[in-house]
Amino acid sequence: MRTARIVCPKTAKRGEIVEIKTLINHPMETGYRRDDMGQAIRRDIFKTLAVTYNGVEVFRSEMFPGTAANPFVAFTTVATETGTLEFTWTDEKGVSHVEKVQITVA
Amino acid sequence: MPASITRRKLMAGSAALVATVALPRAPSASPDALAAILKSILGDKTAGVGRVKLEIPELAENGNSVPLTITVESLMTATDHVKVIYILSPENPSPDVARFHLGPRSGKAKVSASVRLATSQRLMVLAVMADGSAWTTGQDVIVTMSACIDSG
Repeated sequence: MRTARIVCPKTAKRGEIVEIKTLINHPMETGYRRDDMGQAIRRDIFKTLAVTYNGVEVFRSEMFPGTAANPFVAFTTVATETGTLEFTWTDEKGVSHVEKVQITVA
Repeated sequence: MPASITRRKLMAGSAALVATVALPRAPSASPDALAAILKSILGDKTAGVGRVKLEIPELAENGNSVPLTITVESLMTATDHVKVIYILSPENPSPDVARFHLGPRSGKAKVSASVRLATSQRLMVLAVMADGSAWTTGQDVIVTMSACIDSG
């Protein structure tokens, strides 16, 4: 079960640059570690975070084992219009976690 | 008289032993791996030094999660903007750490994230702009507790 936290202003002025912070729980297992029995622990990471604003991609992050567990990323976007920001995290098996946030632009 | 074991010899021997049986660690990326990635990004071009700012603690107690902020000088207009920011590590098992794709709708080129550092190193950031130019910076980070090596 994934729990994502997104910090994004609910309202913004048109043209304002807003900062968005995201955090999601995930071990981001590197594949380099071994368990107590000496067996390699299988790699398990989120590969991408794609962010769309009313359907148009405005930010994308590609992640590798060098990205810390519970990946955090903060970025900016221009508040262009009232609508929905959709955040999609996808792991190596293609499994996605989606979150949506509304923003009202005046 | 048998060879005496002096304290000095014992200490030296112990240190050597510790050095050889130290925790198994993942191999760091070969310089070739980083060079190959740079080649795939830049082709035959070279990256200029500047325009990119990397803020990261000089001393990281825990390499498992090191916060950083990257800013790139750019107007972020339709014609003049940052396309991709690469975080590259010369000492991690894999040089790729993260890549961020931006565009004019970003408003400004500023990204924060948290990364794993296998050991002390000079972390590298590379920004590729819309006009094809590339800019880079590096920052030395001392890691006291490394990531990627502990088992269990």
